[in-house]
Order: sequence, then C-alpha cells, then structure tokens
Amino acid sequence: MSGRSSGSSSPVAPYLQVAPLAIVMIAMVGIPLATVVLLSFWESDGISIYPAFTLANYREVLTSPVTLSLFLKTLQYAAITLVCTALIGFTCSYFLVFHVRDLKWQIGLFLLCTIPFWTSNIIRMVSWIPFLGREGLFNGFLVQMGLTSAPLDVLLYSDFAVILTYVHLYTLFMIVPVFNSMAKIDPNLVEAARDAGARPWQILCYVIIPLTKTGLALGTIFVVTLVMGDFFVVRVMSGGQSASVVSAMKNEIDQLYYPQASAMAVLLIMVVLLMVSAVLRIVDIRSELAR
Amino acid sequence: MSTKGSKTSGVGRAGITRRDILKGSAAALGAAAGSGVIGAPVIWAQNIKDVTLNQVGPSYSVIADIAQKASADLGFKIVAQTAETTALMAKTVSQPETIDIADYEFWGLQKAWRSGKLQPIDVTKVKEWSKMTPLMRDGKSFDGKDMSRQGTLPFKVLYTESADSKEFAKGATNFATVMPTIFNADTLGLRADLIKRPVDSWAELFNPEFKGKTALVNIPSIGIMDAAMALEARGDLKYADKGNMTREEIDKTIEALTALKKAGQFRAFWSTFDESVNLMAAGEVVIQSMWSPAVTAVKSRGIDCVYQGMKQGYRGWGLGMGLMRHLEGLKLEAAYEYLNWYVSGWQGAFIARQGYYSSVPETAKANLTPNEVGYWYDGKPASEEIKDPYGAVMDKAGNSRDGGSFEQRMGNIACWNTVMDEDRYMIQRWNDFVSS
Repeated sequence: MSGRSSGSSSPVAPYLQVAPLAIVMIAMVGIPLATVVLLSFWESDGISIYPAFTLANYREVLTSPVTLSLFLKTLQYAAITLVCTALIGFTCSYFLVFHVRDLKWQIGLFLLCTIPFWTSNIIRMVSWIPFLGREGLFNGFLVQMGLTSAPLDVLLYSDFAVILTYVHLYTLFMIVPVFNSMAKIDPNLVEAARDAGARPWQILCYVIIPLTKTGLALGTIFVVTLVMGDFFVVRVMSGGQSASVVSAMKNEIDQLYYPQASAMAVLLIMVVLLMVSAVLRIVDIRSELAR
Repeated sequence: MSTKGSKTSGVGRAGITRRDILKGSAAALGAAAGSGVIGAPVIWAQNIKDVTLNQVGPSYSVIADIAQKASADLGFKIVAQTAETTALMAKTVSQPETIDIADYEFWGLQKAWRSGKLQPIDVTKVKEWSKMTPLMRDGKSFDGKDMSRQGTLPFKVLYTESADSKEFAKGATNFATVMPTIFNADTLGLRADLIKRPVDSWAELFNPEFKGKTALVNIPSIGIMDAAMALEARGDLKYADKGNMTREEIDKTIEALTALKKAGQFRAFWSTFDESVNLMAAGEVVIQSMWSPAVTAVKSRGIDCVYQGMKQGYRGWGLGMGLMRHLEGLKLEAAYEYLNWYVSGWQGAFIARQGYYSSVPETAKANLTPNEVGYWYDGKPASEEIKDPYGAVMDKAGNSRDGGSFEQRMGNIACWNTVMDEDRYMIQRWNDFVSS
C-alpha cells in the first residue's frame, strides 16, 4: 500500500506538489513580466497605448546617451554599496561568530543588529535629513567644535548621502547570510589550521573566506538587486540631483510613456539577471546550501 | 402609547407624501412627455440619496472638508480621493470607471481630453457660468485684452465642438471640456530673512550669489518653464513660446541648466510639496520654485518666507472639474448639482483662504469677511488676523498679501503650466539633465 502512494502509480503527484508555487509564480511574476515585455513593443502617444509591433522604444532607449550614464550611475551606486555592506557585514559576522563564543550573547547581539529594522525603511531614511542637513545636528557639531568654518554641503543631497542610506538600509541583508554560513564553519577547521602553523590572516583568507562564499554571494544578490531597483532613496537623498535607472523610468511613467518605460524595465531586468547569473556561476549556491 | 401614536401618524404622513409625489411626478411626466428631463428630478429626488460620486484630483483641489460640506448640503455622497495629475491621467485612461468627477489641471487636460474618457459639460446647466471670470471663460485679462498664450492658456482647452469631439474648439461653445474651479499665479519663493535685499527678477534664481542654495521643481514640464523664465530674464536665451519650445530651444535650455548644475547652482530638485517646505524651512535653499500653500506652510512656522512676484510676470495654472464619459441618468444629474454647488461660494471661500482664486470670484467673495476679501482679493493690509481654512493664524493684522491684488497678480501672467508638443523629447532631455 505504502509503495503505491509513494511510487510508480501516481505520476501526477509531483505536478500537484509543484502546482501551488507554480500558480503563484505565474500569476504574480510571470503574467506581469510578460505584460511589461509585450508593452515594450507597443506604441504610445503620451495618452493612449496602441497595440503594435515597434522596435522604436528599444531604439530610443539603446541609442540615448542618457541610458548609458543612468546604468553607469546605478552600477556605481551598487558597487560602492556592495563593497561597504560586504566589509561591514563580514566584520560584524566575524565578530559574532568567532569572538562571541557564548550562544546566548551571539543571539542577543544578532538581534541587536535587527533593531533598526523594526521601523519602516522610509523613516530610517528620512531621519538622516535633519541629521546631515546644512543646519542639521552633525554640521552644528562640526562647526561648534571648530572642525569646519562653514557647514559641509556634501553631507546631504549628494551621492554620499545616497550611499550612506543604502549602506544603512541594506547591511542587514548582508549580515544575515554571511553570519549564517560563517556559523556553519566547524571550529575544528580553524584549530587544525592553527595547529598546522597558519597565521591569522592565512586562516582568514584560506579557511574562513572560502567557506563564507555562499553567504557573501547571497548577500550580494540581495544588495545589488535592491540598489538596482531603487528610485526613492536616490530621489530623496540626492535631493533629486541624481537619477537612477528606475527614477528615470518613473519620470516616463508619470507622463504616461509606458512603452518607453517598459523597454527600459526589460533592459534593467536583463542587466540584473546577467549580474545574478554571474554571481551564481562563481558560487554554486545550491550545493553549498545543501551542505 | 404616545410614541406608538406618533409612529403611526408618521407612517401615514410618509405614505401620503410618497403617493403625492408619485402622482405629481406622473403628471409631470405626462405633461413633459417630450422634453423628459423636467419631470425627472422629482422622481429622482427619491433615490438621489443613494448616489455616490467619486471625485479624484490633486490634493490642493480635492479636499475632504469640501466634499464633506457638499455631501451635507446636497444630500448625496461625494467621496474625495487625491491623485496627482500624472496619476489621474493614468487612472483616466486605464480605469475610467473608478472616477466620476476628475479635477484636471489644464495642462493635464490637454493630454487627457484626447482619450475620449470625459464628456463635455453643457454650460447651460451651470447656473453661474455667466458670472465666471473672463480670465477662465474667455481667456481675456482684466483690461479686455487677450491673456498670454504661452503654454496651456485655459481658454485654449476649455471648449469642444460637439458632445463626442476629442478636439478642442477654437472659440467658446456650449460644450465645455471642464468647469474651471481654481487657479493661481505661481512665482518663486524666497527667504527674505536670509537674502536681505529686494529681489524682483526671475534671473535671481540663477544668480551665482545663491550658489548651492537654489532649487527647482522636478516635474519636468513645470521645472523647465521656471528655468526658461529665469534664463530669459538673464538674457541668455530668447523663446518664441516658452510653453511650446522647439527641440533646439529645449536643447539650449537643458545645456544651460546642465552647466549651472555642474557649477553647483542647485541644492536640490524637489518632487513633493513637503520636500519644498522642508528645503526652505531648514535653510537648505533661499530661493526656489514653490507653490503658494507651501509658502504659507513655511510662514506658519514663523519663518520669513515670501512668495515674490517678479517683474517678468507669473506662471499661471488652473484646474477644472470634468465629468467622466460613463456618467448618465441620475448620476449625471447629481454631478451637475455638485458642479453648481461648487461655484456657489462656500468652496470659493475655502480655497481663497489657501491663497487660490475661484473661477466665480463674485460668489466666493460673498462668503468671505470684508477683511478676508481685502487681504486675499484686493491686496489690502489685513485689518485683523488672517486665518487659513483650518483656523490657524497665517498672517498678522497690518500685513498684506505678496504680489498684491487679484488684478495685479493674475493680470501679470507670462506663461501657463503646459505640455509641449515635444513633450517626449523634453522628458528625455530632462532625465539627461538630472543624471548629469
């Protein structure tokens, strides 16, 4: 009897098992995505959209010098944010795993990292504005201490402010996977390395970092996709002085140029997919997770 | 016993009235067999209470307090829902059934009318149409001359030829695309306490003296107009029509803006009302594009912010209420009743206290105190404190409104908020500028 239920006689079973996720994915991801792709080939005159097949939207997006500068800018944000979050995430996790030996303390400190995430993204972002502004707390402090004669303008409404906010908002997405893979490292390995005469930096480079690769890769995927898809942080923290791919898209959507925005969206999806698949090629996340 | 008695008599009364009305309406229907409409409101009065009208538009026009007052006065329900013009356009095109009445800015209407999702308004059904200000109704200024046609002059998009036309009529007809409601003259806001000298030209926006302390609005179609006003005032560029630039003019404008941006002229480009208020209140900028209520909001924090009229003139804008195509029968009648209520004075007085003008100033003034009329419309010093619509004090006795009287402000419009023919190209170049 048991053989029947688990074995040959019900070839439908795996399909049924997959169905709930498949249905959700098709409805929530597949159909909207297909719509965007379809729309990117249609025509628009700024108010109505006409079903047609035109490559004009792609031609416009691909030949415009703005597109390149937007992508470069967005990639620059993503790269700097990635480096910062990776350094902070790695250091925090390293401290939690290898210096805090007591499990209770580990969990307690880890939870401490998540406290800022109990409030909304927007509040955490906006709270930087009165802090960094020209008449803000930090500038007031600098001027009072005599460190600068005039308030620093570069602190707010600048690329610095944008990246600071990204790092603040997204570091946890790096800490969690890195902590997770670091915690799985067998302490005996580190001890063995030390017994074999490895120096601390050698242990770090040849034992810990390779074994933390999965976490770093997962964190990279989170951080990069979050930054690439953002427009709100860029708009608010750069004071509208910088644009990202999505903020330019938003300008087009606001003026009802959906097909052009769709073409840009398709391009963005392709770039992000390429980046994610590059990460996946370097690190085999599936096999490492199963470890 | 007494309650029971009154109940029964109540039912009796109701029965009689209902019967009477039915009889009456039957008679009216019979009498007005051909012309139909005359008898209709009598029957509809029964169920007009069940009507709900969804009014959608920008936050400075669709205000919950106004919808509430209208619902109380009219007996049917107005639901206010805010959506900025860009979002409203999207809604009009893709989900027209979710809107009954759309509050359109004229530049948005210029785009949205072509969709055919709105129906024209029969001006003969708007009682106060004849009292409407010629600024809106005829496109004429106070001295009877034509107003500036740079940009979307409301008159250009106010009329259509027939009930199904998707085009605009050249002159006045009986089919209005929308019923004009509120309008104003926009200019630059500045921090008088930080600038400390008189400012009277748009050119000051790009004055190196204010380097790193200016801001532009990041709505491409409006931001580029403010920039054009300033560039023209500086003598850098000359436009045939700031409201409808050629590609070459757009290129030159964007180049000039990019150079200014690289030189560090701008502190920010704001997108929302509160951003503009905070930039000004926090001292991040001293001169910038601004809306009138934003200046009021900064002022109410005790900061000396001025909405400075410039010698080159103002950038005008206005809004009208449009009826969606799907409205018919009882709902359409209710919508007309609402339109008529809207210009009957209460709403005009409410928005006057926010610094906007009503399309029928006569009824609005009748609902304001003489002190308020003096301050808001006549540019006279206030004889007592001036309060905003919610009762907060916003100006002291003895002060007068920035820019002066209604005639001085609206008579000096240099251009109107608009959508250009080269809109698509302009937005592309604007993105170029912002990302430079």
